[in-house]
Amino acid sequence: MSKQITTLQAINEAMHHAMAADPTVMLFGEDVADPEEGGVNGASKGLSTKFGDLRVRSTPISEQAIIGAAIGAAMAGMRPVAEIMLMNFMTVAMDMITNHAAKLRFMSGGQTAVPLTIRCTTGAGFGTAGQHSDFLEAWFAHTAGLKVVTGASPAEVSGLLNSCIFDDDPCIFIENLPAYWQKGDAPTDPGARIPLGVARIARPGDDVTVITYGPQVAVAQAAAETMAAEGVGVQVIDLRTIVPWDRETVLNAVAKTGRAVVTHEAVKAFGVGAEISSVIHEELFSDLKAAVQRVGAPSCAVPYSNPLEKAFVPDADKVLAAIRKTLN
Amino acid sequence: MTDSTTGQPDKAVLIDMYSKMSLIKQNDEHARKLLMSGRLPMIYYSPRGQEVIPSAVSVNLNQDDYICTIYRGTHDMLAKGVPLDALWAELAGRATGTCKGKGGPMHITHPESGCMITTGIVGSSMPIANGLALASQVKGDGKVTVAYFGDAASNIGAFHEALNMASVWKLPVVFVCQNNRFGEHTRFEKATAVGKVSDRAASYSMPGIHVDGNDPLAMHAAAKEAIDRARNGGGPTLIEAMTFRFYGHVFGDADGYMDKAEKEAAMAADPVPRYRQWLIDQGHASEADLGAIDAGHEVNIKSAIDKALDAPWPDVSELYKDVFINDLAAV
Repeated sequence: MSKQITTLQAINEAMHHAMAADPTVMLFGEDVADPEEGGVNGASKGLSTKFGDLRVRSTPISEQAIIGAAIGAAMAGMRPVAEIMLMNFMTVAMDMITNHAAKLRFMSGGQTAVPLTIRCTTGAGFGTAGQHSDFLEAWFAHTAGLKVVTGASPAEVSGLLNSCIFDDDPCIFIENLPAYWQKGDAPTDPGARIPLGVARIARPGDDVTVITYGPQVAVAQAAAETMAAEGVGVQVIDLRTIVPWDRETVLNAVAKTGRAVVTHEAVKAFGVGAEISSVIHEELFSDLKAAVQRVGAPSCAVPYSNPLEKAFVPDADKVLAAIRKTLN
Repeated sequence: MTDSTTGQPDKAVLIDMYSKMSLIKQNDEHARKLLMSGRLPMIYYSPRGQEVIPSAVSVNLNQDDYICTIYRGTHDMLAKGVPLDALWAELAGRATGTCKGKGGPMHITHPESGCMITTGIVGSSMPIANGLALASQVKGDGKVTVAYFGDAASNIGAFHEALNMASVWKLPVVFVCQNNRFGEHTRFEKATAVGKVSDRAASYSMPGIHVDGNDPLAMHAAAKEAIDRARNGGGPTLIEAMTFRFYGHVFGDADGYMDKAEKEAAMAADPVPRYRQWLIDQGHASEADLGAIDAGHEVNIKSAIDKALDAPWPDVSELYKDVFINDLAAV
C-alpha cells in the first residue's frame, strides 16, 4: 500500500514544493503564517518559517484587499496564492474576482495576465450553516475568464493545486472541508501536476454515467457499488475542472452509455449540473435512452440542525434514485 | 530636479509639467468636439480642470513605475506616457487600440508606459495598486505605484481595506485622491463624514497631505514627498488634491446639480492657462516656446484621431481570444 496522507498534508506539501520550485510563488490570507498557526486548519504550517515573511503573510480580515493584492502582484509577475478562509467569504471580494481577476486579460487585449490561485474551502457537515459552508462554484463558472477546479482525494488535490499555481490564468481552487482530515494515497511526487480540463474516469461502467466532482465523487461511487450488486454498471466521471470542463470525455462516455446523471453538493437550481445536462441534451439527444437527471441541494441556505443538514446534502440514496430514473 | 533652497523644480521639469497639462487639455477639447460632431460615439468622462494633478505626479515617476487609474483617467494616462495613437484607437474601439478595442475608454491598459489598469469600478484601483507595490517590495525592484481615485471612492470599503493593508505592510504606494467635489451628481460634503479625505490617513497611521491640486508647484512638492517616501521604504501616503471637474460626471451630463456660480468661478481660474502665464511671467519660457509645445500636441492629437477613425475594426474572432491564455473554441 502506498503512503497515506490527509488532504491537508497534500495541500501543505504541494505548497512547500511550489514555493521551493519558484521564487515568484507567494501565499497570503488570514492566519496563514506560522505565528498564527499556519492557517485555522494548519494547511500552510511551516511555510512562513521556511520561505520568510516577505513571501508568506497573514493578512487583515480584508477579502477585497487580499484579492486586490493578489491581482496586482500577479500582474507584476508573481504567482500569488491567496487563501480565502471559506468560500462564502469570497462574496465579500466579488468585485475583485469577477470584475478584475477574471476580465483583465481580455479587457487589456492580452497585455496583462492574472496568474493567481484563490484557495478556499467549504462543504456542509459540521453544522456551520448558511454563511460558512456553501458551494458557490456556479457563480465563478458563469464568469468568463476564471478556471474553477476541485479535487476528490489527497493526490488529486495535490496535482490539481500544482497545476493551478503554475497556470497562467486565475484559478479558483475549491477544497472540501470535511475531506481535510480524510486520508488517501499520497501523490507519487508532491510537485506532480494533473492537467486542467481533463476529467478522470473514477469508476468504469457500461450502463449509466454519473458526472460529478469534489465530495460527490465518493457519494457517486457508493451509489455505483449498490447498483453493481443489482447488475447495473455505473461509470463515475470526476470532472476535476469545472471550467474548462472536459466535454469530450463526458460526451464520449454518455454516447456509449446513453444514460447520465449529474450530481453536486451545490444547490441544484441554475447549477453546474444544468449546464452539463443541457450540453448533453444538445449534443447527444438522439443517443440518449433517458433524459439526463440532475441531483443537487434544495434551494435553501445550508441549514444548521443536524437532520436538516443531512437532508440538504445529496446522498447516495438521492443519486441512486436519479440513476434508477434513467433506467426506467 | 529641484532647487535645494526654494524646493522649486528646475526649468526642464516646469516645462515638462506644462507640456503634459497642455496635452491633456487639448486632448479633452478634441474628445468633446468629436463627441458633439457625432463622429465618435463613446462613453467619456472629461478630466478637464484636473490636468495639474497627474502632470505634477508623473514628472516624479519613472517610466516603469506603475499607475492604476479609473474611468475618468485620460489625464492620468497621458501624463504617464500612454501614446496618443494607441489611446485614440482604443477610444474608437479599433484593432490598433491599446487593448485591441476590447477595453475601451474605461479600461485603457498600457504596461509599457506603466499604466497597468484603468477600472470602471469606484474604489477598485487601490487594492490592485497594493498588489503591484507588493510585487515590487518582494522583488526589491524599487518601483513605486500610484493609485488614482476620486473623492467619492474614499467612502467605499475597498479604500479602507487597501489603505490599512498598505500601511500594515509599508507598501511602496501613493494614494492620490483627486477631490473634484462631486461623486457622480452628489456633492462631497453630502456624502462624506469628514471635511478632508486626507484626515482619513490618520486612521491608517500614514501621512495625509491636503494640497491644492490646481497649483502645479504645491502639487509637485506633495507628490515628490510621497513618491520619495515610498521609494525609500517609508511606506504609503494619502494625498488629497483639491480640484474641480469642468464638464460634469459623464459627457452629456446637464450639470443641473451644480452651482452655476461655483462652476463658472472654477472655470475662470482654469489652472492650465494660469500656469502657462506664470511660466512666461517668471521667465521660464517664452510665448513662442509654449506655443510650439501646444502646436506640437495639436498636430499629434489630430493625427491620432484621423488614424484611429481609419483603423480597422477588431475581427469577431477576438471574442474567443484573451479570455484565457489559450484561445477558446468558437461556440
